[in-house]
Amino acid sequence: MSASRAVLEGPDIHRALTRIAHEILERTKGADEVVLIGVPTRGVTLAHRLGERIEQFEGVKIPVGSIDITMYRDDLRRGPARPLGRTELPADGVDGKIVVLVDDVLYSGRTVRAALDALSEFGRPAAVQLAILVDRGHRELPIRADYVGKNLPTAKSEKVKVFLRETDGRDAVTLMKEDAR
Amino acid sequence: MIIRDVRVLGGEPVDLRLHDGVIAEVGPGLKGAGEEIDGGGAIALPGLVDLHTHLREPGREDAETVETGTQSAARGGYTAVHAMANTSPVADTAGVVEQVWRLGREFGHCDVQPVGAVTVGLEGRQLAELGAMADSAARVRVFSDDGKCVSDAVLMRRALEYVKAFDGVVAQHAQEPRLTEGAQMNEGVVSGRLGLTGWPAVAEEAIIARDCLLAAHVGSRLHVCHVSTAGSVEILRWAKSKGWNVTAEVTPHHLLLTDDLVEESPVGAYNPIYKVNPPLRTRADVEALRAALADGTIDVVATDHAPHPVEDKESEWSAAAMGMIGLETALGVVQGAMVDTGLLDWAGVAERMSYAPARIGRLAGHGNPIEAGAPANLTLYDPSHRAPVDPSSFASRSRNTPYRGMTLPGRVVATFLRGKPTVLEGKLV
Amino acid sequence: MKRHLISAADLSRDEALLILDTAEELARVSERSIKKLPTLRGRTVVNLFFEDSTRTRISFEAAAKRLSADVINFSAKGSSVSKGESLKDTALTLEAMGADAVVIRHSASGAPHRLATWVHGSVVNAGDGTHEHPTQALLDAFSMRRRLGALDGRKITIVGDVLHSRVARSNVLLLHTLGAEVTLVAPPTLLPVSVDTWPCAVSYDLDAVLPKSDAVMMLRVQKERMNAAYFPSEREYSRRYGLDRDRFAKMPDDAIVMHPGPMNRGMEIAAEVADSPRSTIVEQVANGVTIRMAVLYLLLGGDTA
Repeated sequence: MSASRAVLEGPDIHRALTRIAHEILERTKGADEVVLIGVPTRGVTLAHRLGERIEQFEGVKIPVGSIDITMYRDDLRRGPARPLGRTELPADGVDGKIVVLVDDVLYSGRTVRAALDALSEFGRPAAVQLAILVDRGHRELPIRADYVGKNLPTAKSEKVKVFLRETDGRDAVTLMKEDAR
Repeated sequence: MIIRDVRVLGGEPVDLRLHDGVIAEVGPGLKGAGEEIDGGGAIALPGLVDLHTHLREPGREDAETVETGTQSAARGGYTAVHAMANTSPVADTAGVVEQVWRLGREFGHCDVQPVGAVTVGLEGRQLAELGAMADSAARVRVFSDDGKCVSDAVLMRRALEYVKAFDGVVAQHAQEPRLTEGAQMNEGVVSGRLGLTGWPAVAEEAIIARDCLLAAHVGSRLHVCHVSTAGSVEILRWAKSKGWNVTAEVTPHHLLLTDDLVEESPVGAYNPIYKVNPPLRTRADVEALRAALADGTIDVVATDHAPHPVEDKESEWSAAAMGMIGLETALGVVQGAMVDTGLLDWAGVAERMSYAPARIGRLAGHGNPIEAGAPANLTLYDPSHRAPVDPSSFASRSRNTPYRGMTLPGRVVATFLRGKPTVLEGKLV
Repeated sequence: MKRHLISAADLSRDEALLILDTAEELARVSERSIKKLPTLRGRTVVNLFFEDSTRTRISFEAAAKRLSADVINFSAKGSSVSKGESLKDTALTLEAMGADAVVIRHSASGAPHRLATWVHGSVVNAGDGTHEHPTQALLDAFSMRRRLGALDGRKITIVGDVLHSRVARSNVLLLHTLGAEVTLVAPPTLLPVSVDTWPCAVSYDLDAVLPKSDAVMMLRVQKERMNAAYFPSEREYSRRYGLDRDRFAKMPDDAIVMHPGPMNRGMEIAAEVADSPRSTIVEQVANGVTIRMAVLYLLLGGDTA
């Protein structure tokens, strides 16, 4: 038996992203040198949404890209080889830029670690920041997010699932409890 | 000695009294003192005769010796084997054939009748001293370059003519050499997919057709070794319909196995355990060979027992040696392919595996019906036995059997050579 | 993916597409300044080459190194193999060295199948005798897909010595799996007798097939075949089955020309055809590294226990 409940609905996600977009603008003083890089799949969707918000607010077009971290994972040998995601960096690259990595859920921090490794192969950004829709805790590496949509206390046995309109037809974040047997 | 409760050629239970190496009496409820053996209702067959065995001695004693090869034969129910000439040195002189013959007598597991080479060194250039081998103690009557084809038409004609002087027979390994250069397996669907050089059926059939015509022309005896294709059967049927003196053999493996085993088998693709000369053919060929053996177009089942050491088979396909051992599985395969399928009865098995090969090889003392006065060469066989083939139990020095783990019917319970048991309870005496 | 890649027939449509899609992503890696990925750190790939093929060996070596695998090159020349050590003994040596994958090139058809029964690691067939060369077929399919898009319903013509060609065997199987329609064109002597059972069409008439082809793959014809009476002369072969300028002109405007190399310019393919913009011959080489990276990643990148 398992039960899932929505912890964020569409409007919540909308508000969270709006807030993050403002924070990025504020923290990077107008986002002139910012590049948004999403981690496939949903991180890329979120990066594009953030880019659109920032453009709406300030009228500046922020380069958006994606970086696949599959080949940099430290858990590859725990399952069959995974299909690769898309890596697409903005034409101007990342050298000297403020890269904001975007992902949907921050958990152990291993994905972010892999993304940092992958990113370093493409150049030397001036700074790397991390934007996350949901931080569910239980970090296994010294990594923290600069922009957080929602801090969500969870048990390790619970599952957090993010749904986005572009890929899943609706916007929601659900928490699924694995009941004790 | 009395053997109780056996069924001669599968008939009613009788007892057999053996005395002085001869069958003294056949009948139910024989009285008498002395040693008795319980046949347990086994089928009694005349001692089997193999027209085509490779004993490998001299030269390749790592694969087989006369001693282990004849032990293997006895366990398979054989009382006589024809030892092929492709040893090292080649059995192309009276000296070599006598040596092999004597070794067989010494060990006494079964009689060894050497086959003499047709040409010196099997090289297909010059006739070996066929007469000297015929006149030797070994009394050679079968001549063969087996492993190689006597492909030169003139040489083949001369050999066929020459052996008439001493009632010999040329046993041809029918393989046109140019058509089989580098050949690896039957040319067909599977060879095309596997990228292995094809061994066309026509390479066998063309030689058989030519040799039948030559034998008819010079009025000599021809024997065709290991027939493997449906086309060969057609040619032989035609030659026999002319009344020509042509006989032929088929191996147990060509009665059972097909070329798709090279692509897919329990031991993996390209496993050289299935590499043999002539190659395994198709299902249609197997069916034609069975039908031909049943109707007498093919006279004989001969094993082509070809031992090879492990390292000659544990390699890539093209580097591996060709051949399979077969003495200890022959009767089981024939039962499965011919008897259990209703194509042949036990009298037919006796004809194909004892009478006919002895007749072709001119082996007096073998291949006689089980009746009073006949030499006591006997095989007792339990056709109801079922067990997976376990090569480690073989008497042969080699293990290159394609039947490993396969369940074959039947078991040789006992073998008698001139009244003396060579195998009892399935074990060597 | 199965544990080994020995035959193109081992690949389902989904698996073949996964390899091609993976290669598509990896192609981007080849375009950037740092071409190396850390994915196969600690894995050992052995290149076991019993036949000289510098091109294929270098391609596999580059692929393995870009994925950070340790690479051991073991070539038959100057090694114990030439002293008569058996394939099995070589396999056991590699096993003791802890090879996670063995890339084998061998002159005997089926050698990779045999090797796979003796080693625990993955076996990748880099060409066995006249049997198969699956990574060549994959890179050909990859090259075609990049030029032509999806291969379903595409008409691919393969011309030349099909009988002795491992490239042709693997291509027929893979292209059929991917939904393409393959036609083999060759003199009858250079086709297997059983070719009618293959999943492709057969023609002896190149001129009739060319106008309907989306891609034409020319196979290398070895001159020694002439001496074995497969065809009368180079001139006659070239005239009947060579892709010269006039024949090239008969192809549709967007059709491409392929060759697995090495080419006999002037024999099966005219130099100006080989060098035309519609020839993929140079791309095929670059794509070779990418496709082999994809294969090694999918075989070794996950759990291989």
